Amino acid sequence: MSDVLSIVLKRLGLGVITLFVISVLIFGAVEMLPGDIAEAVLGMGATEENVAAMREQLGLNQPAPVRYFDWLSGAVVGDFGVSLVTQTPVGEVIGPRFANTLFLATYAAAIAVPVAIFLGVVVALLRNTLFDRVANVLALTSISSPEFFLGYILILYLSVKTGMFPAIAKISGDMTFLELLQRTFLPALTMVLVVVAHMMRMTRAAIINLLSSPYIEMARLKGMPAWRVIIKHALPNAWAPIINVVALNLAYLITGVVLVEVVFVYPGIGQLLVDSVTKRDFTVVQACCLIFAATFILLNLAADVLAILTNPRLRYKK
Amino acid sequence: MPQKSDPELLVKMAEEARKGRLSRRDFMNFALAAGIGTSMASGFWTTKVAMAAPKKGGTFRWGIHDGNTSDTHDPGTYVTRQMIFLAHQYRSYLTMINPDNSLGPDLATSWEATPDAKQWTFKLHKDAVFHSGKKVTAKDVVASMNHHRGEKSTSAAKSLLTSVTDIIADDDHTVTFKLNGGNADLPWLMTDYHLAVCPADGDGIDWKSGDGCGPYKIDSGEFGVSWSLSRHDGWHGEGAYFDKVEMTILNDPNARQTALVTGDVDCVSLVDLKTLALLKRNPNIAVDNVPSGAAITMPMFCDTAPFDDVNVRQALKLSIDRQEIIDKIAFGAATMGNDFHLAPVQPYFPEEIPQREYDPDKAKSLLKKAGAEGLSVSLSTADSVFSGAVDMCVLYAEQAKKAGIKINVVREPSDGYYSDVWLKKPFTAVSWGARPTPDVMFSLAYKDDAAWNESHWQNAEFNKLLLQAKAELDQKKRAEMYHDMCMLMRDDGGTIIPFFNNFVYARRKNVMHGENLAASWSCDGARAPSRWWFA
Amino acid sequence: MNYFVIGYYALLIGASCVAAQYGKRGAFMALFSLTLASFIMGIIGGENWLWTVTVGAGVVALAAGTAFSFREFLAIVLPREAAKAIRTAPLTASFGLFVIGTYAIAGIFAPIIAPHGEAEVIAQAFEPANEEMLLGADQLGRDMFSRLIYGARNTVGLALTATIAAFVMGAFAGMLAATIGGWFDNFMGRVADVIMSIPSLIFALLMLSIFGTNLTVLVIIVAIIYSPRVFRLTRAVAGNIVVMDYIEAAKLRGEGLWYLIRREILPNSTAPLIAEFGLEFCFVFLLVAGLSFLGLGIQPPTADWGSMVRENATLISFGEITPLIPAGAIALLTVSVNFVVDWMLYRSSGLKE
Repeated sequence: MSDVLSIVLKRLGLGVITLFVISVLIFGAVEMLPGDIAEAVLGMGATEENVAAMREQLGLNQPAPVRYFDWLSGAVVGDFGVSLVTQTPVGEVIGPRFANTLFLATYAAAIAVPVAIFLGVVVALLRNTLFDRVANVLALTSISSPEFFLGYILILYLSVKTGMFPAIAKISGDMTFLELLQRTFLPALTMVLVVVAHMMRMTRAAIINLLSSPYIEMARLKGMPAWRVIIKHALPNAWAPIINVVALNLAYLITGVVLVEVVFVYPGIGQLLVDSVTKRDFTVVQACCLIFAATFILLNLAADVLAILTNPRLRYKK
Repeated sequence: MPQKSDPELLVKMAEEARKGRLSRRDFMNFALAAGIGTSMASGFWTTKVAMAAPKKGGTFRWGIHDGNTSDTHDPGTYVTRQMIFLAHQYRSYLTMINPDNSLGPDLATSWEATPDAKQWTFKLHKDAVFHSGKKVTAKDVVASMNHHRGEKSTSAAKSLLTSVTDIIADDDHTVTFKLNGGNADLPWLMTDYHLAVCPADGDGIDWKSGDGCGPYKIDSGEFGVSWSLSRHDGWHGEGAYFDKVEMTILNDPNARQTALVTGDVDCVSLVDLKTLALLKRNPNIAVDNVPSGAAITMPMFCDTAPFDDVNVRQALKLSIDRQEIIDKIAFGAATMGNDFHLAPVQPYFPEEIPQREYDPDKAKSLLKKAGAEGLSVSLSTADSVFSGAVDMCVLYAEQAKKAGIKINVVREPSDGYYSDVWLKKPFTAVSWGARPTPDVMFSLAYKDDAAWNESHWQNAEFNKLLLQAKAELDQKKRAEMYHDMCMLMRDDGGTIIPFFNNFVYARRKNVMHGENLAASWSCDGARAPSRWWFA
Repeated sequence: MNYFVIGYYALLIGASCVAAQYGKRGAFMALFSLTLASFIMGIIGGENWLWTVTVGAGVVALAAGTAFSFREFLAIVLPREAAKAIRTAPLTASFGLFVIGTYAIAGIFAPIIAPHGEAEVIAQAFEPANEEMLLGADQLGRDMFSRLIYGARNTVGLALTATIAAFVMGAFAGMLAATIGGWFDNFMGRVADVIMSIPSLIFALLMLSIFGTNLTVLVIIVAIIYSPRVFRLTRAVAGNIVVMDYIEAAKLRGEGLWYLIRREILPNSTAPLIAEFGLEFCFVFLLVAGLSFLGLGIQPPTADWGSMVRENATLISFGEITPLIPAGAIALLTVSVNFVVDWMLYRSSGLKE
């Protein structure tokens, strides 16, 4: 077990370095964006005088490195500063929206992961049959349709025509949990459709990959039914690649859903990030990007640890 | 015309009037001409046209386009529709634009100028109170105006008030503006959405709390997401029939449309024109299509080759087929432009000026005269300018081919378009909000030294007329001057104006509104919640 | 009951019997479950649903027929070796090849095939289909069919270039990292981590705002976004290969780095890379379409399927199929590419049952 612990610690250390590099990159990118916050906030109303006044007010007159280190010295002690545009603490701006994003991602993952793994096992079992082909075509169609378009189609059939689910996922604090699930069903379903196919194909591939191994052959010759061979012998050894893909898709559910948020008017973090980029609100952009990056790093770490735990060979390394 | 006093004619006229094509005065005049008695016509008007008196009650759910999560309550940096719409609910202005596009009182009950129009005095409403219960006084008005003035101000409305030298509170309910030159339009300027009255706080104003003296007060809300408001019982004005107003920001056109169709909202502030015809078929939905003074312009730098030759500018103005653009880009929901920046719904519109037509042959000959045959220019645009902006430029490029002009359409990033492309590239597409009077618009974008002189146009005669007209209180003389200025813009200026876009918004049929709809902003001058009611 | 319904069930039951008679278990199960399902569908949805099933079956049959004929055609036309391989290909793969071939021809010869120009305005907006225009007009009155053909050239060209660039970069870096190992391996791993940790849409948004939206920038950015995934896969696969004895032997022989990568590692890691290629190709399409949704992407009036979907997407709410046509074009291509990839994977993995 100490092996696992040392891997975790090492990876966490590397993660912190990665976060630092990302913060420099994001700062640089925001600096390089044409126009600055003063021009962006004033929009078409910007004249030279009031832009200058606003720059001074926001301390944009200082050189870029100074501003970066100002921010960094706060960030290392957990103070991510205030939003440059609204002057409210970044935590307050991001907190509730990140919670919404996490809720939606969890909702989608809770449907997508079991469905994908179940379907993956079933199509591996029924490989090269009609069912496999049909599932394959449907899966590929769903990943190759733009997600906003999938959203529109779902809205048409499940909302406009039948009225089963609301078209806009407007949520408020006083809703019951069931109401919340019903309100956010369409965006969750859209995301499920986007990620299921990838995970399902990987599950199928990982299992089929193992089917020619001698020990599977052995199990089969023993007269074990095909489904038991797959569940008992193939699946445990296929966990590593499956978990990897699942982690990748979970990260996507959190970081890649701007378009779904726009289509369903869901107040998540993606829209906030795009808006902040437009307004050049550096502190918010930075905080969002770091949250995303940290999510990604942690999920990957979790995937690797799980892969080790599910595979005895990796657990007891010589 | 056969003199029939039959009810059919009356019903027909009432129908016209209901559609907003006939004002009450016209209705009465026609009725009298048709031999219908005054009392009968008047009675008919109130029962059939103005319909039943507005009813109080209900929650008005309003879907709004263009909201940003990083907006703020600072009136100086209002820029999105979210804030403009919200501002007209929770805050008040000195004056307002009435549904029939005339100027009416809001916080100020009356106003008057000295004969040279250099000093204006506004009398405030005595009963006006903020949501917090505090009385609205002249001190609040002065502080609110000063928020947009002075060196340190970061307000986008600063340029509007540059001619104001001093603002004085004469007593609790009287405010005087002193100007460095005559301006007959100052009361009109006071309708600008930035100039909201906020409570004074020390030297400045308290804008952060979101307190105001508008018809509705904010109960809760989040920028870029939604707002809940309820009626402010101490409001000084008339109307505000709804008990509550719920504004939801719906940036995606499809989301707005489905929310309206499924009944999640009662009204949306912008309809996707592509689906307008399809939406109209829905029996539960009524579409309001209101001509406005909001223009689409394509300015060319008059000091940069090849646009420095007036013949080239004229050729480019002649090679645009406005009708096709209105049909295909605006789906008919627009008023044709005539290359001067004044729309038919605005004051002083010169009706006698002939419409410029699409004439590629004449454009060709003009180019020949200028020695610029085979002209090739780049036209910058972005998706965010307006819905269909890129398509419009592509269509224009196709039309200009017939005149032998090659237009390269460059799609710039939406992000930062107005800071990096507009006023920087020589030929761009721009969308302008409506300004209340021609003077404001012309001083803003056509005056020789204006910061936003987007076409770099310098015309001595125009600038002289502009100054004269500004201080002219005689309406007839003033109208003549604006006519002459429009001719100059049309035949010498560097701006192509394809059309003025209509405000196209839609509501559920159970939402009622009066006879006219203001042309200053979408949804009845952004005042739908205080002017409309449920059937 | 009318003739259609009677004929429908008669055909299905008859076919099931024939299948059972000749011992085709799979075919029998498929046909008979369709019959049972049809009973339920007929009761719920009435005749319309049965029609839908019939049309669907017809389309599938047509596709299968095309695939079968195309396979025979290829088997005759191609030289002996390739013909042998093609004969064993499943119908899905030959269908995929057929579609890819069609798209390639459409893309390469777009100006000859398309009846109208890419940007040419010839009709009223949304004019319905007629002899002039196979699929009607788009929002500006341009021929939808012509734009679809040109879109094949632009969109597929862009996606293909970007995917290939991502693969070249990612695979090369991955093999290099695996072979050299040590600090270089670690360094490249961190670089990949950094790129992957920034959400792709945001990364693209930032970069395109900085460098402007032109095709070259777009291709480079998309390639950069997707190369780390290829890098990680290659690194993992190649990591397993470099510890093999034959690599050890080659190293002892004194072979250079380039030789090792080219002759030993690359040939042994193609299978998973090809599998990944199919999916990445889809993702690149999606990213480009998503960027169009945010207003960044290919310059107008260039026809591009992603933008074509976006421009008319709102029409779908009224049941208009205009936006479905380019979306269908994207879906058909990605499905086809993955069919072919599946077949190649099957061949190279040596998994034959």
